[in-house]
Amino acid sequence: MIRYALTRFLGAIPTLLILVTLAFFMIRAAPGGPFDAEKALPPEIEANLRAAYHLDEPLVQQFGRYVLNLAQGDFGPSFQYKDYSVTELIAAGFPVSLRLGGSAMILALLVGVTAGTIAALRQNSRTDHAVMAVSMTGISIPNFVMAPLLILLFAVTLGWLPAGGIGDGSLRYLVLPVISLALPQIAYIARLTRGSMIEVLRSNFIRTARAQGLPERTVILRHALKPVLLPVVSYLGPATAAVITGSVVIEQIFGVPGLGRYFVQGALNRDYTLVMGVVVFYGALIILFNLLVDLVYAWLDPKVKYA
Amino acid sequence: MLRVAFLYALACLSLLLSGCSDPGSAGREAAGQTKIGGESGRELAARQVLRRGNGAEPQSLDPHKSEGVPESNLQRDLFEGLTNDDPELGIVPGAARAWEISADGTVYVFHMRENGRWSNGDPVTAQDFAYGLRRSVDPATLSNYSIMLRPILNAEKVIAGELPPEALGVRAIDDLTLEIRLEAPTPYFLGVLNHSSAYPVHRPTVERYGGRWARPGRLVSNGAYRLKDWVMQSHIVMERNPYYWDNDNTTIDEVWFYPIENQSTELQRYRADALDMTYDLPFRQLGWIRENLPDELVISEYLGVYYYGLNVTQPPFKDNVELRRALNLAVDREILTRQVTTAGEIPAYGYVPRAANYEQVVPEWAAWTQEERVAEARRLYEAAGYSRDNPLKVQILYNTHENHRTIAVAIASMWKEALGIEVELVNEEWKVYLETRRTKQTTQVFRAGWIADYNDAYNFLEILHSQSGLNDPGWNNPQYDALLEEAARENDLERRAELMHQAEQLVMEDVPVIPVYFYVTKRLVKPWVGNYRPHVQDFIQTKDLEILKH
Repeated sequence: MIRYALTRFLGAIPTLLILVTLAFFMIRAAPGGPFDAEKALPPEIEANLRAAYHLDEPLVQQFGRYVLNLAQGDFGPSFQYKDYSVTELIAAGFPVSLRLGGSAMILALLVGVTAGTIAALRQNSRTDHAVMAVSMTGISIPNFVMAPLLILLFAVTLGWLPAGGIGDGSLRYLVLPVISLALPQIAYIARLTRGSMIEVLRSNFIRTARAQGLPERTVILRHALKPVLLPVVSYLGPATAAVITGSVVIEQIFGVPGLGRYFVQGALNRDYTLVMGVVVFYGALIILFNLLVDLVYAWLDPKVKYA
Repeated sequence: MLRVAFLYALACLSLLLSGCSDPGSAGREAAGQTKIGGESGRELAARQVLRRGNGAEPQSLDPHKSEGVPESNLQRDLFEGLTNDDPELGIVPGAARAWEISADGTVYVFHMRENGRWSNGDPVTAQDFAYGLRRSVDPATLSNYSIMLRPILNAEKVIAGELPPEALGVRAIDDLTLEIRLEAPTPYFLGVLNHSSAYPVHRPTVERYGGRWARPGRLVSNGAYRLKDWVMQSHIVMERNPYYWDNDNTTIDEVWFYPIENQSTELQRYRADALDMTYDLPFRQLGWIRENLPDELVISEYLGVYYYGLNVTQPPFKDNVELRRALNLAVDREILTRQVTTAGEIPAYGYVPRAANYEQVVPEWAAWTQEERVAEARRLYEAAGYSRDNPLKVQILYNTHENHRTIAVAIASMWKEALGIEVELVNEEWKVYLETRRTKQTTQVFRAGWIADYNDAYNFLEILHSQSGLNDPGWNNPQYDALLEEAARENDLERRAELMHQAEQLVMEDVPVIPVYFYVTKRLVKPWVGNYRPHVQDFIQTKDLEILKH
């Protein structure tokens, strides 16, 4: 297993390199530059700035410089936030995003698996229909619509929760963004769990377990749940990607100072190094997470062999 | 099961109904328990904390490196220039208590306050200002806005790297006396000194921490407040500077600035009582705000013009002044400001807004009815070689923003109705739009706006000088250039204003730009924010405000 993990880890390096190359040249190909503003800079000032950030060098040379610095863990200075390096910005934003995304994923798993299991056990009952209807709503309503509605209800109208920001860092500031981010995932996971549970409950080994007179609770928790979770675990990779991309929007709406906001602002401001930093960081994170998911999957399903 | 369905339905219903409910009721009910300002109406709250929406995340708190309005708002609280700007009195003493100007208007001598102190207790000296001004124009500082100091002797050469910063026309005569020499008389120069590029910085701090001095725990400032905390993308907290010379007359103890770019998000946070003042308001919700929060809506004149530029370097506008005039006349500014923009913007018939010491140009046709204007526009349109059978096909370029799109749709329909012009709307992302505009290759009509850096008509007119890097219409009128150059050298205020007035008249005759409206600031301010006074450049300093009992 260690060898498998190591091989996968090494295999990720070219993937990352392709990502860095594509992202670097794509952002540079975008029209407009980091120093373009309504009040245009005098040419000599712009020339100074371009020289200071090495933007006056040929593009290939700039790319070489970037990759070399990256290999040493240096993401470079931010063009927009002039007193900070990209590494500092990522270090400030990532814990916030992690807290938000991690909480959303945990909530989505807990609620989604529970709701899906209940719906499957009461298949075609009113509970089942209700859970599926709520799931459908969760999937259908995008979080940029859901989030303002939640703010309007719980912050503006009822005044129970803050409308945004992180305030003193207390948990109540996280409630609405986490719910907004988790809702579509809860819906997906509930539907996946339900489908998987119905299928597993019809399989022979469950029938055998029941025939042996085991209590239904033991049948579900000890025998059914593990195989039921296989598709859910497979979904965790795309779910993480969805939470990361979703958090970009949610962080903007709620004013949460996570990495997502840097990504959006970086792209709009043509802050090349910041955009690159966030892309590389998120890219590495997704690769790492997919690897972890594969390892967990293999642990859950003994039929999977490490290759 | 029924219970689950019922609860779900209830939640959905409450979500829908919440849009119609009384806004921010929780906060206002709480506030309603006490009369605002107590019985006298002037009683102060025990907790003097102000929460301000502030647009974008600041690029930097270093006054010589930043350029945007959000940064200016922060720096105005942290730093103080030699002069300050009062909403009613105009330019007033700041870090300098008094000054003298030589007869020829080129030498300024400033007398510093004896009790001026940095936030660490060090005295604020003339040397600090001399150091700050030199640092600002030094190419090594990479200042985006050092060009503001262009009126100072040798500033342009220092910025261009042709002279060392020491050659700048600035000299500390002693600790409390500063001399600044200018290239030519510049009547608006005292206003420039209130710009962040002219703020002083604390030399020992800058030298100790280099490019990373403008952070919490390091930043030393000479304004009414000092930096307490900065959580990027979340908030900036400032507390009173106990050493500030006018600290006894400062009321608010702490101010929180929130970077909130989305105006709807900001409105929701205001309604949830998380903000005392917004930075801006969403265009489309002004109707709702007027209806529901009329007492908290503050709209005031703002020194800026929203205009449409015409690319006069390419057909169809090149050498076709009739066509440009026709398009100008066919825009119904009254309808546009009353029914489209709706915040109280002022219809712009001339190009320069109501700036200090300047009489605005009002063209003759401003007194006509819109029917008369359209009739003249049709005549000019035909004289330019177009008709309903041979209509002009033109593109309007604007950057992605709901407001710009709405205005472009309205103007396109006005041109269509009055002249039969076929308009295509072209929408580009901000940076792409800037580049397209600047290259002057494909643009025909583009939306633009200009907010004054200093309260002077020259600030608007210089954009259209043929050598200006901001002249995106590409207009080149030697007579205009000559008038502006003469105005730049003129020390007599009346004569200078007259020269600029003549220059603006040329703009209105030649129509390289179509002025649409003069800006207003629009924001919500909680009723307990006392002493809020609108400023024509929106310079709202926290030190002037107070929180009333509520």
